[in-house]
Parts: sequence; structure tokens; C-alpha cells
Amino acid sequence: MLEVSVATRLGDFSLKAEFASGAGVTALFGPSGAGKTSLIRMIAGLARPDAGRIAIHGETVFDADRAVDLPAHRRRVGVVMQNPLLFPHLSVRSNLTYAGWAGRRTARFALDTITALLDIRDLLERRPAALSGGEVQRVALGRALLSDPAILLLDEPLSALDEALKQEVLPFFEAVRDEFDLPIVYVSHSVDEVTRLANHLVIIEAGRTVAAGDIETVLSHTEIFGTGGLRAAGTLVTGTVRGHDDTHRLVVVDFEGRPIVLSARSFTHRPQPGEKVRLRIQPRDVALALHAPTGISIQNELACTISAIAVRADGEVDVELAVGGQKLRALITAKAMADLRLVSGMDCHALLKTVALEGRGLPRTLRVAGG
Amino acid sequence: MFSGEIAQIIALSMRVAFTAIIVSLPVAILVAYALARWRFFGRGLVNALVHLPLVLPPVVTGYLLLLAFGPRGPAGQFVEATTGLVLGFRWTGAALAAAIMAFPLLVRPMKLAFEAVDRRLAETGQTLGAGRAMVFVTISLPLALPGILAGAVLGFAKALGEFGATITFVSNIPGETRTISLAVYSLLQDPTGDRRALILIGAAVVVSLAAVAVSEWISGRIGVNGRGGRNA
Repeated sequence: MLEVSVATRLGDFSLKAEFASGAGVTALFGPSGAGKTSLIRMIAGLARPDAGRIAIHGETVFDADRAVDLPAHRRRVGVVMQNPLLFPHLSVRSNLTYAGWAGRRTARFALDTITALLDIRDLLERRPAALSGGEVQRVALGRALLSDPAILLLDEPLSALDEALKQEVLPFFEAVRDEFDLPIVYVSHSVDEVTRLANHLVIIEAGRTVAAGDIETVLSHTEIFGTGGLRAAGTLVTGTVRGHDDTHRLVVVDFEGRPIVLSARSFTHRPQPGEKVRLRIQPRDVALALHAPTGISIQNELACTISAIAVRADGEVDVELAVGGQKLRALITAKAMADLRLVSGMDCHALLKTVALEGRGLPRTLRVAGG
Repeated sequence: MFSGEIAQIIALSMRVAFTAIIVSLPVAILVAYALARWRFFGRGLVNALVHLPLVLPPVVTGYLLLLAFGPRGPAGQFVEATTGLVLGFRWTGAALAAAIMAFPLLVRPMKLAFEAVDRRLAETGQTLGAGRAMVFVTISLPLALPGILAGAVLGFAKALGEFGATITFVSNIPGETRTISLAVYSLLQDPTGDRRALILIGAAVVVSLAAVAVSEWISGRIGVNGRGGRNA
């Protein structure tokens, strides 16, 4: 849907990025100053790369070799920035419909649909100055959706909000992701937002794309695991909901043929039986045992095979575990590794604390089991 | 001097000043926008030319206008041949002199106002499908309106009181180019003219105060509509 292969030089900083993204949410992840915003501006047509090519839905919007450079107003790219610049002299309604009356765009979605989805129906006659930070973000998102975009670019849309507002606005982004068949590029340096929204991950560091692919694959990659803030991301695995244990407020998820129990509050929605969900597991919350233990509080125990071991510079040990076709990671001490005589290829048991597991809804298109 | 004559002088001054501002306003807006937003070759030269009347002695500006736009000036002959408009020693010439002298005062607040409009607002407009011209009309122009208004009022006040360039370019012809300032000057040459001069001075004060009051009223209204015109 989006193909980017660009190179540019901005003073001392050189940017060379190459990635493609498909349906759902592609997260551009990296530290500040890595070039994420420059990349977004190039895709939107607000900045011009020195070389390369950008295509949206197969349409070339920029090609340095063929001198193609479609101006921003003809690219059909919806943008929401960190500081979501609503037009201060226009009402919320005029902001939302701007693309219609000033850009002669005909939106696929009705104004009513958007205002209902984003819960901004009561704000229409207000001025932007009379809105809260979260409301401003929702209006900016609605305005972008009503510009009939072929792709949505969200440049750290939540980073200017405090934690409470973030949690208030994030579900609306999930709703947009799920309601519309619209590819989204989501720039963020928040591990939480990325693991919650994205199904595709592109990592950018110092102007280079260092990894790109399925979020599960990229996160399970050893080389990049220690880099940047991603260490906090943990491992993402997918499972299928088996059912609920409402008495104990638990959700039971089938993971590679084994039940994993996690607390229902970690989901923002009530996942339906048969629905595919994502589990976020922190390596430091995974313990290893040579034999299946008895008489302990830990609910989840998985038979697995050690597929790789890496001793890190700080002396702690990364253990990669294969369970069926998926990978988990455990972070243990070098002493534990020596005591248990862990080596690659060995079978062992991974113990996961229920309360440490986090559940995540998948984009709607990916929720169907086997899909 | 009879009151009819005083009324006629005030009316002429208003006509000269309004004509000068209305004709130069669109040009001033475009020049201010270009200076604020575009980086083009010769930008420094344009900037210097715009500000030249502010630093040149008005008499010099008036004389240069006479050389160019006077009856025998090449620009004056060209204008007369193409449009039939005569500038030399006519009230239209007084309006031209007033416009040239007021131009830097028009452009300066407008330029600052355009510079103060967040560039990313215009970019956002573009991503929503609006071309550059549409973005200018729907975003940059309305947001810069207070500055444009301030420039217009400042320019109007300058045009109303212009003296040096006007008297040099179009002389001091009663009923044609004798504006308030020029009439006051003439009256002060006359030993018996003091009282009449004072009446004109009073009229000038009233007109200027009215202009300021109108501009305050308009900017007050804009302020209400666009309250919190800035994003937090």
C-alpha cells in the first residue's frame, strides 16, 4: 500500500529509509531525532527527498529519477501531527469539513459517521480554543479522515498528552483502525502505543531503517532487542481466545495448543471466543524450570525448547524459547543459567505470571482465527 | 476661508487617502506575504525598495516621482497613453505620492502578521487538499487579518497627513491637490490664517481619532470571533 525508498541530506543529518507497509497499522519506531518526522513529511509531500521513490497504493507520488513530485494537496494523505493544528479561526465543524469546501474532496465517510465514532458530535459549533487536548486530537483525526485519504499518517499524535488523556484517546485510534479499511502509519517512541496498535513495525535509528516486518517477528529478533527503548516492548505472541472465567475475571487464551490465563482487565475490550489476540510478555516476568513444577501460584506453564542463549554485556542472559511456531524470551541471571546448565536445544518449562501478562486486541481484519 | 472650503479640503484629503490605501492594499498584502514566506532571488532588493520611502527625505521621493510620473516623465506618459489617467499636478498624483509614502507602513505589520501564522497550519491545509491559493485565502489571510488591518490604518493615517512628497510631486493647487496638511501649511504662511489653520488642525485630529476608533472596533470584533486564535 505504501512503498518508501528515499534518501536525503539535511545539514549534517542524512536519512536513508526503505520500507513497505500493508494493511493495518505500521509503526515507525525510533528515538527522537531518528528522522521519523522527516519521513512522514516526505510521504505527505511537505518535504522533498533528494533521491528515491514513494508510492501510495501503487501510485507513484514521488520519483526523483522520473521527476515525479505530486504536490501535497494532490496526494490524498491524511496527516495528524503531534501538535494537531486545528484552524483556530474556524469552528470545529468548518475544520472537519475543510477538505470538502476548500480542498474539493468528497469523503467516503459521512460527517455523522465520523463525529459519532470519535464522540465529537457535541463539539461541532465550538472554536478549537474551547476544546481539551484529547478533543483537539479527535477533531484532527476526524478532519484527516474526512479528507478522503488513501493512507493515514499519524505523527506521535499522543505524545503531547498526559498519561490520562492518552488512555482516553487511544481507544479512538483503535476504533479508527478497526472501522475503516485504511492503512495507517503510526510514528511513536512509545512502546505501549506501538504494541497496542501496530501489526507491522519499522525501526528507525539515526536516519536508517534498521528493521522492518511483522511486529512479532521484529520484536523477537535478538539483534535489535537490546536497542533503544524497545527492550521494554517485551515479546508479542498471538493466541486465540478460548473463553472467559468471569468469576475470577480471567480470560483463557489458546497459545500453541496450551491454555494461557490472563486477567480480563488487561484488555480494553471483551475479546470473543475464537478471536485472535496478542499477548505481550516481558522477558523479566518469565521464569524457567527444568521440570513442570507443582504447588506454586503461577497459573501458566509452557513446555518449550531453548532456541538461543545470549549473555548480555550487563551479565544478564537472554534466553529465546520456541513454543510451537512462536518465540518467547526469558531474562535470567548468569547464575541461574549455570545452575540449571541451560544450553541451546534443551527442553524446559516457561512459567508466566498471570498478572504480568498484557492482552491486546488485534486490528479487526486480523482477529479471525487463522486469518 | 469659508466652511465650504474647509469641507472641500477635508473631503479631498479623504478621497486621496482612501484611494491611496484601497489601490495599494492588495499589492501590499502580496508583497508582505512574499517577504514573509518566500525565499526568492532579489528578496533583499524588494525589501529595501519597499522601505526606501521611509528613509529617503520625502522631498526626494516627491522629486523622483515628478521625474518619473510628471507630465514629461516616461512613466507618466506611459500611464496617460495606456489608461488616459493623468497623475502630474492632479489629485490622482497626490494619491500616488500618499500610497508610495504609506507603503512601508502598510507592509511592515502585515509581514509580521504573516510570519506569526504557524507555517504548519498552511501545510495542514495542503494535506487536506487545498492548493496554495486556496490555503492563502482560507488560512493565511484570515489569520493575518488583525495585522493587515493595523497596516491599513497606519497607512491611512500616513496618507492623510503626507506633505513633503505630495507638495513636491503635485504642488499645492487649491481644489486639486491641496490636502489638509498642504492647506495648513499655506494658511500658516498667511499672517491672518492662524484661526482657520486651527480649524483644519481640529478637523485632522477628529478624522485621525475616528480612524483609530474604527480600527479598534474592527479588531475588537475579530478578537471576539477568533478568540484564542492560537493553539496552545
